[in-house]
Amino acid sequence: MMHNHRRRLFTPARAIVLFAALIGGAQALAEEAILVQSTTSTQNSGLYDHILPQFTAKTGIQVNVVAVGTGQAIKNAQNGDGDVLLVHAKSAEEKFVEEGYGVARFDVMYNDFVIVGPDADPAGLSNTEDAAAALAELAASGSVFASRGDNSGTHKKELALWQASGVDPANASGGWYRETGSGMGATLNTAVGMGAYSLTDRATWINFKNKGDYRILVEGDPRLFNQYGIILVDPARHPNVKVDAGQAFIDWVLGPEGQAAIASYQVDGQQLFYPNYEGPWPPK
Amino acid sequence: MQDFGSAFGLAFGLVLSLDPELLEIVLLSLRVSLSAVVIACLVGFPLGALIAITRFRGRSAVLVLMNALMGLPPVVVGLAIYLLLSNAGPLGWLRLLYTPTAMILAQAVLITPIIAALSRELIEQLHDEYAEQFQSLCLSPLQSVRALLWDARYGLLTVALAGFGRAIAEVGAVIIVGGNIANLTRVMTTAIALETSKGELALALALGMVLISIALGINAAVMSLRLTASRHAFA
Amino acid sequence: MPSPEATAAAFGEARGLVYQVGERRLIDGIDLRIAAQGLSLIMGANGAGKSLLLRLLHGLLRPTQGEVRWGGRLQDIAVRRRQALVFQRPVLLRRSVIANLRFALRLRGGDSDRDAEQLLAEVGLGAKARQPARLLSGGEQQRLSLARALALRPQVLFLDEPTASLDPASTQAIEDIVLRAKARGTKILFVTHDLGQARRLADEVIFLQCGRIAEQTRADQFFANPASAAAGDYLAGRLVPH
Repeated sequence: MMHNHRRRLFTPARAIVLFAALIGGAQALAEEAILVQSTTSTQNSGLYDHILPQFTAKTGIQVNVVAVGTGQAIKNAQNGDGDVLLVHAKSAEEKFVEEGYGVARFDVMYNDFVIVGPDADPAGLSNTEDAAAALAELAASGSVFASRGDNSGTHKKELALWQASGVDPANASGGWYRETGSGMGATLNTAVGMGAYSLTDRATWINFKNKGDYRILVEGDPRLFNQYGIILVDPARHPNVKVDAGQAFIDWVLGPEGQAAIASYQVDGQQLFYPNYEGPWPPK
Repeated sequence: MQDFGSAFGLAFGLVLSLDPELLEIVLLSLRVSLSAVVIACLVGFPLGALIAITRFRGRSAVLVLMNALMGLPPVVVGLAIYLLLSNAGPLGWLRLLYTPTAMILAQAVLITPIIAALSRELIEQLHDEYAEQFQSLCLSPLQSVRALLWDARYGLLTVALAGFGRAIAEVGAVIIVGGNIANLTRVMTTAIALETSKGELALALALGMVLISIALGINAAVMSLRLTASRHAFA
Repeated sequence: MPSPEATAAAFGEARGLVYQVGERRLIDGIDLRIAAQGLSLIMGANGAGKSLLLRLLHGLLRPTQGEVRWGGRLQDIAVRRRQALVFQRPVLLRRSVIANLRFALRLRGGDSDRDAEQLLAEVGLGAKARQPARLLSGGEQQRLSLARALALRPQVLFLDEPTASLDPASTQAIEDIVLRAKARGTKILFVTHDLGQARRLADEVIFLQCGRIAEQTRADQFFANPASAAAGDYLAGRLVPH
């Protein structure tokens, strides 16, 4: 009888197979892929969108970037959730390598931090180039300051500057010192929203689209130097690290092509990052 | 507010141009959240129904717990799933962290209590009506659960929608276990968070409008399905 | 050797049945023997305990004291599987008419198109098989729940005031179906407080008052000359306390 042999398009077995494909597979894993744990400042600035396609075109290796605060990026890499670490907190990076989580650390590039604030500059910070003095002045004026408060590279830099200024902002937490606990962009949004001063890396600032009437007030202090480093997560600690692909990425970033790619990234005619790897190549 | 005006323009532009990146993000959002809803329903419906028809010691404590878990913070779920799936965690060997599968898992965990608690409520009302009849028919608990779930199917559709709404809108869990990786794990909500942090407020708002339109479309589709079908089945 | 009549008389049996809620004994010590055949009608005023007794006999409620046996076996789920109950208000699944019937047929291991259609024809719902059960009229709904009960092929069919909210034509239809089931050998226990219905249907009457059996009498005798004062008052239409 015909209807006994009727083919059913939708059987339970087929539904299960289809569903399994939906939740599990079906990911385009055509080429090899590595995971880079990095910072919001590099991603929000658009740097990766500029340089990664060049690397992938040359090697066929896909680079996936998880952009979080430096503190969280380091923590994730310590858990083995990533192949390469590219962040900006030199002492924390060196500790990461010393403790056996990373193979070796190399300088990649730098730019600088700036203190931004409302155009009217009620605390009068724009008179000085000394970042620590500016912060001391800000504290004395009682103007509001928006801090990352998230253990990121920028946050660590900010805390170092406070220490140099002789002011302990922790006492004013919740008062004029506001810790957002968020990424750079979110913190800038908050700062603009409440008329607060803030410390930001220049790349994020240039690329930030919600500036309002804000401008750079303090820049040029050598203490505002912002160095980025790159580290291969140690395969001895986490055997699933993709050593070859990860190392290929590091070699490329530190090599002439990668360094040139970083130097060529501009927003509004301004260069955002300055490559500064100076060791032997390929890096050891 | 000029942001609203330009957001409307941007939203229309994005949708009309069928921006491929937007399309990819939208499809991934739907894939993740719909899969999570299916899983949560497969677990939550029978669980809710079973709790609805059984009486046991500590049942009211279970109900309180279920209702409380409806308010589970997404970030906490994300963190818990991250710790499980991290290479340093017990399920690290599955290599699921920073994949859509991990995001599906996190959202499924997030909304299963919602599905279970709401379907428990719904099924219990229905069971009040059916209980004596079922007892007379000598139905086993399994038979009762199956019959109740089928008879409550249109109400359960609304329950599934509530779960879907929560899943598609949350950002806290997927950003931790997915990592917001471009072209791999970026969904509507994490893209909105990213654009917001870049200060691209109009674009973020435009994406939000697209997200709301999609949620609206799915709700409308399901509700009209429910209306048409229910007209043929019960009064 | 017990006589066939004595065996038949012992088919259903309740001993020392008590159902208590708090301090109130709603069923207050009932001893009852029910024959394997025929239609036993349970009568009494509102609150006399008719529906409660029916549920105790079917095992939907556990007695506070006493026991119920059917065919010598204590009332349990295996016994209940050979029984069916039709409630005063039909409880139908939110499905089509035929799906409601098939649900019951499947429970007893037989689900054929022919069985389902035959049963629907029997209760006069053949033309409405595909309609949503809950959109039927009250009388049709009750006929469907009766068909569902019959689908279970019960030895004993309990009916708890099945026509209490139906019009005469619908009542007539239900009574016809019940009488046909009785004729096929199904034992019927029927609760009603409709005297006309009682006269039309009963083979014997079990009259309850205040949770006790006032009398259990053959129907012709009961209506001609009730043994208890309570039944006499009821038949005469006098108001009696329950």
